[in-house]
Order: sequence, then structure tokens, then C-alpha cells
Amino acid sequence: MNKNLKGKTAGIVAILVVFCYGFLGIPHGVTPTSLKQALADHINLGLDLKGGIHLVLQVHVADAISSATDSDVERIQQDLSKAGVTGETVVKLDPVAHPEAITISGVPLAKVSDARTVLEGVDYSNYDLSTNPDGSLKIAMKISAMKDLATRTVANTCETIYDRIDQLGNYQPTVQPYGLGDNEILVELPGVSDPSRVEDIIQSTARLEIHAVVSGPYETDEAALQALGGTVPPDEEPIRGVGSAGTQVQTWVLQRAPVVEGTDFRDAQPSTDVNGRPDIHFTLTTAAGEKFYKYTSTHSKDSATPGSMAIVLDNQVREVATIESAIHDSGEITGSFTKQQVDDLGMMLRTGSLPAGISYLDTTAVGPSLGAESVRQGVIAAITGMLAVVVFMLVYYRAAGVNADLALLLNLVILLGFMGFTGATLTLPGIAGVILTIGMGVDSNVLIFERIREELRAGKTSAVAVQQGFGHAWITIVDTHVTTIVSAAILFLFGTGPVKGFAVTLTFGLLANLFTAVYVSRTIFDAVLARKERGAALSI
Amino acid sequence: MRGTPEESKVELFRDAKIDWLGRKWYFLSFSLIFSVAGVLSMIFWHGIPRGVDFKGGTEITVPFDAPPNVDHIRQALEKGGVKDFTTQLISTPTGQKGNEVVISLPQSTATDQAHDVGRTSIENALNDYYHDSGYGQPSVEIVGPTAGTQLQHQAELATGYSLIGMLVYLWFRFELIYGVAAVVAVFHDTLITVGAFSLTNQEISLTVIAAILTLIGYSMNDTIVVFDRIRENLSLSRRETLTDVVNRSINQTLSRTVISSGLTFLTVMSLYLFGGAVLHGFSFALVVGIVIGTYSSIAVAAPMLVAYQDWRKSRGKVSNLPAKRARA
Repeated sequence: MNKNLKGKTAGIVAILVVFCYGFLGIPHGVTPTSLKQALADHINLGLDLKGGIHLVLQVHVADAISSATDSDVERIQQDLSKAGVTGETVVKLDPVAHPEAITISGVPLAKVSDARTVLEGVDYSNYDLSTNPDGSLKIAMKISAMKDLATRTVANTCETIYDRIDQLGNYQPTVQPYGLGDNEILVELPGVSDPSRVEDIIQSTARLEIHAVVSGPYETDEAALQALGGTVPPDEEPIRGVGSAGTQVQTWVLQRAPVVEGTDFRDAQPSTDVNGRPDIHFTLTTAAGEKFYKYTSTHSKDSATPGSMAIVLDNQVREVATIESAIHDSGEITGSFTKQQVDDLGMMLRTGSLPAGISYLDTTAVGPSLGAESVRQGVIAAITGMLAVVVFMLVYYRAAGVNADLALLLNLVILLGFMGFTGATLTLPGIAGVILTIGMGVDSNVLIFERIREELRAGKTSAVAVQQGFGHAWITIVDTHVTTIVSAAILFLFGTGPVKGFAVTLTFGLLANLFTAVYVSRTIFDAVLARKERGAALSI
Repeated sequence: MRGTPEESKVELFRDAKIDWLGRKWYFLSFSLIFSVAGVLSMIFWHGIPRGVDFKGGTEITVPFDAPPNVDHIRQALEKGGVKDFTTQLISTPTGQKGNEVVISLPQSTATDQAHDVGRTSIENALNDYYHDSGYGQPSVEIVGPTAGTQLQHQAELATGYSLIGMLVYLWFRFELIYGVAAVVAVFHDTLITVGAFSLTNQEISLTVIAAILTLIGYSMNDTIVVFDRIRENLSLSRRETLTDVVNRSINQTLSRTVISSGLTFLTVMSLYLFGGAVLHGFSFALVVGIVIGTYSSIAVAAPMLVAYQDWRKSRGKVSNLPAKRARA
């Protein structure tokens, strides 16, 4: 036998073994069960086959901008009074449509330049200062600063969501920014297929804040509005809720900027209060603790300006308490909580509340039984398709058909091996891609064989016919493969998960086919021809 | 110095000598009938049915433990206050009826603010009022308006870039007229395939778009095989008319075309029959697409080539369709 042929054959067998290892590893046995197990371990199944959830969320970045400007409003007031400016009002004139703009009005003329110096200082470098027609000053957050804040908010939200899911078990979620729109996040959770559970885990808008109470309680929102004289001042807002467990729902008017917000909690543990009801024992960060202490000592029961605080969860008042005494950085929040709520709330406070609200844009969930059904159906279709092709090739091309079938088998082995080695995900359309590869792959063989038959008809010898067949068909094979791979590449770029899976298997399959249909088939032909005498007939 | 023993071979189309271009008017009418039927259906009848990922809404697939009674399901949903729903029992193309029911709700139930409303209302209604059997974990697809628009946009981009990519590749490998003829054939295939979806009222989802892009690639392949042969024959013979060369090229590649398409068709048919409901639209697109794609290379692309040549001749510009040299 030709030495070159021996080398080529050895090479092909080696490739076979290597790629087998790719998708089987070293199986524990050769029974169908252990082979299936080896396969399952090495091929990464998509959510549509093993069951799981795919969520696209949108982060309400405006919330984060609001929070940032809220705390800056306070800082401005402090800085201005430090600079000797008094009597001014610092508000956000339009907190809903323009959360990024703060207006400072009523500055006495003599102090305007001092105020300007403060506002142009390094602390407010994120803002652009301008003067309104009526003489008041306005600072608005720069677009670049807002974009920065948006990116950071999305990243923080990703982290927080990941932490929460992580806290609850070994789910191996994917949480990452999603490219299709602004401020969107993709969450993928294999193995969990109940959307309610996931949404519970993520707890979309859990924002816990403590606000100062301005006035209240009122029976209804309208009553509150009336008491305020018809309009709500821009730095206050009416919020409904309950003053304590079991009382009726009423409206309070609260200070818009919170005294304590979600990010200020360093720790929060569920516990029980003196009456045995579930409550939360919390600890604030040092900075927040200082601020809280200052506030509670100024407004405690025995001070000159006693006041009360409202605990607000998800824009609903949960508890209103008079400030008994100054509180430093730890305390307890009681309210009409159940044990489950207290556990969840504690977890949310510990992992940090979401920096902004979120809404769901797209939910796809596949139940495990339906996923398994898809796998079964896909595999049956693949096997049927393959059998049909194999039988046809044997009948129509006889011994050369064996050649094609071997190439086809090797093609599949390499394809699956590729998938195993790269960890690429196999989706249901991906299985369809495998089936399509079978069909299109055998097309290459048909091209070559038809050409060989033509050359034989024209009277050439077997060896020459084989050579001519491969030579002429090569260009067309490359052409057809390149066009389909380009199609697949575009699908990969613009498709979602399952479609990406299809593009991947199709591409791998076609690449593998370029190798098997040409190189491997050729080697087998050469081996067959080497055994025959010169001029003998070729079974094709 | 012999070839293969002739008697024992199975060989179709050994010496085909069919006059393809002579039949071009039959082909044209055939194509026209199907295209027009499809277009009329798209405009006046079913429109272009869109899957949930494009039109938005809620779609739940519920696997019941026992064969479900669809009427009872409808009654349960109505009692539960669910409105505007459609139900469909999934059956395979081979006629088997499964235990799965697909319940759909329109766009209005899945706004970005109240994303989950449709799903929870369906699940509550079934839990409260359907007592014939239990059910396993459903599969859910809820698409809000923002996501629906985004996905549609993605599909448009993918299709656009695909076609541009094809045209560029063909321009690079062949003369412009070959490229145009191939693209017209592809356009014809897409129109008839989408028309088929419209006529049979099947939904077009993102995976169906993927199938359509794949069949565009496949049709292009098939056309390229014929064009490659035409180009080869043109460079070999200078004295035949273009019509004769094209006819001969098609006859020479006929064997390969029919067998190859036949085999691909077999595999795709296997997918359609056994591949399950999730891939149903996808496999239908491929089944139709492969048949039409093969047909169009012979019936649309090749005649266009000749027609263009004749048109140029009639305007006095005689050239023998100089093909770019193929890279060896």
C-alpha cells in the first residue's frame, strides 16, 4: 500500500478519535445509558432543550438619575448655607420629566456670585450651570454624566440580580447587559422554568426608604391635596399606606428626598419584635448612620421640632413612627410583615436594593418536560433523515455510496466534537442545523460522484475519472459552502439564542464537510483504487 | 480501460436532452400563479401571520397529563375572565394528537408595565376551573411591544445584510447579470415561500426567518451550480447559441440537481414529520423552500440569463456573455 495512504488513513482515524473524545469524553462504559450520560455531560444544551428561563429587563435609569439629583439637592442646601447664602429654595422643578435639572431661586442679589462659586465648584462638575430668564440659577446634569450613570446603574443592577439569584441556590445564571436596546439586561436561568419564581427572586421594585413626614395622615389623596392648598410643593409628595400593622390605608405627605435609602443599609437580618411579630434588624453604613443620627436627634420627641418618620417600601408606607430618641446606625423596622416578607426584605437589603426600577420586556420559559420532548423529537428526526440518506447513497452509488456514508458519519463526529470542545450551545434549531448539514453535506459527495460518472462515460480510466471529478467539483463545493456559511454568520450576528445555535451547528457542520467530503472521500477512493488493478472498473 | 459495468448501475437522467428554455412560458405561468396567489392572500386574506415574537403578546404551551378536552379548557378560561384568547391542540403532521395545548393572548396583555398579567390569568383560570387533569410545567413566551419591535428590526437587518452579502459575493465571482438573475430567482423563492405561509395561515417567527435566510442560501447554491456549468461550457464552445449552451448545462447538471435536492428534501421532510411542533414553521419553510429553490435555478435564473442576452442583442450589442475566469 502507498505509504502516503497509510499516513493519511492514520491521520483520519486519529481525527476520528480526537473528536469522539470531544463530545463523549471517556465514557464509563459502552452501554447506551453510559453513552447517553457521556453525551449529556459534554454537550451544552440550550434553554429550549433542557428547560429554563430567558428574561429581558429594562432598567429605569431615570430612577437612578432622580436619586442622584435628590441627594445633590440636599448637598446644595448645605453647601450654600456654609457659604453664607440663606433664604433660597433649591428644588427640582419638574422631577418627573426632567429629573436631571435642579433650580435654585430666591438667592439674595448680593449673594448670587457666592452661590455661583459654590455651584461651579468641583463637587458639581457633573452639572452645567445656567441662568434662567427670571434670574434663578439652574444646574442640569451633563449628558456624558447621565450616560455614565446609566451604564453604572445597569452594571449595578446586573450585579444585584446576580447576587440575589446566587443567594438562593446553585443556579448558574447568566446576567449581562443586552445589546438590542438601551439599558436592557438579559437574565438566563437554566433549570428554573416558572417565571413567577424568578420574578419573586428578582423582586423588581423593592425600594426601601425612610422619609420625613411633613403632614398627615389624610383619608384620601384628595384630602391631602386640599390641605396643601391645591398643589403639591415640588419637594414633597403624597404617598399612601398604613401607619402600623392592621390599620386602614391613608395618605401622608412626605419629604421627597429620603433620609435613608436602600444603598445606606449595610446589613439587615430578620428577627422578631417584642410582640413576637417578624421584623427587621438593620445596620446602616457609617456615613448614612451619621446623617440618620443628625436627623433623629433634631427631630426626636423631646427636641424643639419633633417629627415622625415613614418607612416606605415600593412606594407604599409600611410604618409611621414618632422618633423616640436619636438613632445612630442600627435599629429595627416593624410593620405588618409576614415571615416570608421579612426574609425576602432582609435578603434584598443585604444584597443591596436595585438602584433603579425594572420592567420586563420579554419572557421565554421552557418547561423541562417540553424541553425533553423537543430533544426526543429532534433526535428521531435526525436519525430518520440520516437513515434515508445512507440507504439512498448505498442503492444509487453502490460501493462509492459506502464512501459517502463513511464521510457523512465522520462529518457528524467532527461536528459534535467541535460542539463539545468549544462548549457551544446546542438548541432545537441547532439540531435542525445538524439535519440540514446531513442533507447539504451529502450534496458535495453527489457533485463529485456525478462528475466521476460523467468522466467514466466519456471513456476515462477510473483513476483519471476520480481525479477529474474531485478537481472540477472542488470550486463549486467551495462556492456553495461559502455562501451558506456567510448566511449563517449573519444569522449568528442578528439572531437570538435558538437561532444562534442553528447558525453555529450549520457552520461547524459545513466546515467539517469541506474536510470529509473532499479529503476523506478522496483518501478512501485512493485506497480502493490502490487495491484494484490498473484499468479495473470502479463501483460507483 | 473501461468504466463501470453499465447494467448494474442505477442512473437517472443519463442523457437528458430536455429543452428547458423552450418551456419557459410554462414555467413563467406556473410561477406567476403561485406568486400571485400568495400575494393576494397576503393582501386580502390572511395577511402575513406573525408569530408572538414579532407581534407581541402571550403564548403558553401547556402539557397536560391526559389528552385534554379543548372545549373544557375554553370554558375554564372564560370562567376565569380571560378574554381574546385562542386555543390550539398540537398535533403532528403525521396526524398524531398530543397532549399539548397552545393558548395565546394578544399584544394588549403583555405591555411593558404589566408583562405577566396574561400568563397569570391563564394559569389561575386553569387551576380554578379545569378539572379534567393536571398539567406539567408550561412553556411560556411573553413579548412586550418594545421587544417585539426590536426583534422585528433584527429580522429586517439580517435579511437585508444577507441579500447584500449574496449580491456582493456573486458580483465578485460572476458577471453582474449572473448576480441579478440569481437574486431575482431568490426573490421569487422568498415570495412564494412567504405566500405559502400566508395561504396556509401559519405564523412567521424568528426561527422561520432563519429558515427563509437558509433557503435563500440554498437556492443561491443551486443556481451557482448551474451557472458554474454554463460558464465552463461557454469557455469551451464558442459556436453554440447561448440557448443551446444553457440547455446543455442544465441537462448535464440535472442528475446532480435532482439527487442532491432530493436528499436534502428527504432530510428536511424527516424534520417536518418528526421534528415536533416547535420547529413546525421552520421545517415547513425549508420543505417549500428547497423545492422552489431547485425549481427556480432552472425555471427562473437560467431563462433570465438568456432573456437578458437576447435583449442586448436586439439593441445591437452582441457579446457572448464573457464570464469572469473561475479561480482554480
